[in-house]
Amino acid sequence: MGKERAAVLGVGQTKYDTTYPGSMAGMLREAATNALEMSGKGWDDIDAVIMGKAPDFFEGVMMPEVYLAEALGCVGKPIMRVHTAGSVGGSTACVATSMIQSGVHETVLTIGWEKQSESNAMWALSLPQPFATSVNAGAGGYFSPIIRRYMMMTEAPELIGCMVALKDRKHALNNPYAHLHQPDLTFEQVVESPMLWDPIRYSETCPSSDGACAIVLGSEKVAEAHDGPVAWIKGIAMRSESGSFAGRNMVSPAASEACADDVFAQAGIHDRRKEIDAVEMYVPFSWYEPMWLESLGFAEKGQGWKMVEEGATSIDGGDLPVNCSGGVLSSNPIGASGMIRFGEAALQVMGLAGDHQVDGAKTAVGHAYGGAAQYYAMWVVGADK
Amino acid sequence: MADEVLTAPLVLEYPFTRTTGPVIGGFLTGLREGVIHGVRRSDGTVMCPPLEYDPITAAPLSELVAVGTVGTVTTWTWNGEPRAQQPFTQPFAWAMITLDGADTPMLHAVFVDSADDMATGMRVEVVWRDEREGHITDIVGFISAVASTTGEPAAMPSDVEQIQSVRTPIRMEYTYTPGRALSQYLRAMKDKRILGDKCPETGEVSVPPRGVSSVAGKPTLPELVDLPDTGYIESFNITRVPIKMRPDLTPPYVSAWIVLDGASVGFMGLGMNVEPEDVRVGMRVRAVWKPDDELEMSAQNILGWEPTGEPDEVITDYARVGRLEQGGGQ
Repeated sequence: MGKERAAVLGVGQTKYDTTYPGSMAGMLREAATNALEMSGKGWDDIDAVIMGKAPDFFEGVMMPEVYLAEALGCVGKPIMRVHTAGSVGGSTACVATSMIQSGVHETVLTIGWEKQSESNAMWALSLPQPFATSVNAGAGGYFSPIIRRYMMMTEAPELIGCMVALKDRKHALNNPYAHLHQPDLTFEQVVESPMLWDPIRYSETCPSSDGACAIVLGSEKVAEAHDGPVAWIKGIAMRSESGSFAGRNMVSPAASEACADDVFAQAGIHDRRKEIDAVEMYVPFSWYEPMWLESLGFAEKGQGWKMVEEGATSIDGGDLPVNCSGGVLSSNPIGASGMIRFGEAALQVMGLAGDHQVDGAKTAVGHAYGGAAQYYAMWVVGADK
Repeated sequence: MADEVLTAPLVLEYPFTRTTGPVIGGFLTGLREGVIHGVRRSDGTVMCPPLEYDPITAAPLSELVAVGTVGTVTTWTWNGEPRAQQPFTQPFAWAMITLDGADTPMLHAVFVDSADDMATGMRVEVVWRDEREGHITDIVGFISAVASTTGEPAAMPSDVEQIQSVRTPIRMEYTYTPGRALSQYLRAMKDKRILGDKCPETGEVSVPPRGVSSVAGKPTLPELVDLPDTGYIESFNITRVPIKMRPDLTPPYVSAWIVLDGASVGFMGLGMNVEPEDVRVGMRVRAVWKPDDELEMSAQNILGWEPTGEPDEVITDYARVGRLEQGGGQ
């Protein structure tokens, strides 16, 4: 089946921070307005709004799509909410793209957000359940045993995770929107930061952030008429799988590999490491960078940590810069985090990534995962059609 | 009896903190001072309660306008059986009330003796809470107003501290039902038995039982299988700092994936009677049960998992978890 081409015309973000100083509606409006401004579009040009956020308990606002419609200019237009846990920002962008690929709409506004200051994600992830026993507390306790398996499997040096954490925090210094700006952070400080969920140190985890990220998408016709750079969407893919079953590969879930295979096939990418210029991947705990490098096929199995060790994923001289924005490790408004990955990938190929621009980036990847590492969303964007 | 599904109450509550922004913050500040505000829309009309963005044009709104404390009922319905957390314990009316000076109605409670005392077009006036704090609950409700009451907007005092955030506690009460397979499992727990379920296709044994095989996507066999209370640690986490939400768990503590002998999939359990430093992937463990006279229909009967002292399980593939090789549909 033929698809219409779709492109990113604008990306808008808010400054990620512990507390956004205004209301939730105001925060979304700011991100959407910034995206519209870059796209050169007005509210009247938008055909539909596709929004996504993480579980309702994260903020205690039920049906936010009802409350937020007018804040997003969505009067007399379709609005739809997507939900796939932490990957939601990515899947929301995929759904919005498919609205254009299907020929239903010409111009679509998509947005993801989280206002962690209004709630406590740790509480929302540790809800009591009758009859059951629970030793879990938050996401770190869940992912730490998986990271331990990866470390045993690959015999990776113990401090690879610390290298990722320091690299992403250094990257964040070049991104004015990043939540964490720690110019004086040293490798020793990362290593010596307290163990929270052993083997995960405090400095290897993401912050709790408020923030929103919006993207304006257009059809080929709209993109051709756009006065400015666009990011052509070369492929979108989503996959999911059960969070627990016998024989499950927890380190590199089958759904993750299938999602990557699909999106790279759509984009005609053969040598992933060579042909991709920048990656924005979902790394809430530092060790997930080498794990995803392998799962997404940028490295052979067991070799992802070597790319980290060699500095291959640094914007400073690496051949595959990962998370030049600072990534989830530097800003984590959960429902927006996937959309930020997608938006930052687009900014790279549009040449609009500012001080964290990868020189001459032509093709980039946005990636998100969620739940018990069971939901995946990816896109490949390019400077050329 | 044995098939009866268990139920238990489940209460979820949390005091969310809302950052209000200037419009809603201004409205709440007014309530604290005994003044009700609407907001002027793009077409000049006044919407009360206010919104930050115009529902017709989506334009940002900012001009707060004080409206009256008396208004007119535009439609209503009778609430004969009030619930907890509703504005009044006695039966009352829910009404749409357009306050004088506003062009849109707000939903609120009207306290009258019976539905016979309610009518569309009737005049009602606000009842304030004795001590106002800048929250929507500062308005208790409305009562019937005598015709002469005007309820002119009060003057807003100057130099008052603006409300910037509010607490909005939520509380939800559920009846939790664990389902048929899990109910059987919980009943067996009372006898210190651990039950799992088996996939008819792959032989995969899951604990706790789910009634469905996630590998084959088929219902599991109706008869649950008994499993021993021994197994091994597939991987683990050591929580080394106190987690605010879990004051019951004292760090450092080990949470481990336990794979029981004969089971195909692991579950999370607490490491016991072992130093965290001594825990290993592959370590053999057994259940530590509550004393017999404290056993109930609950997974909490197992306090945790302690080392058996047997040689470690040999793990060859660190990527794949569970024991799929035990399956094969036999």
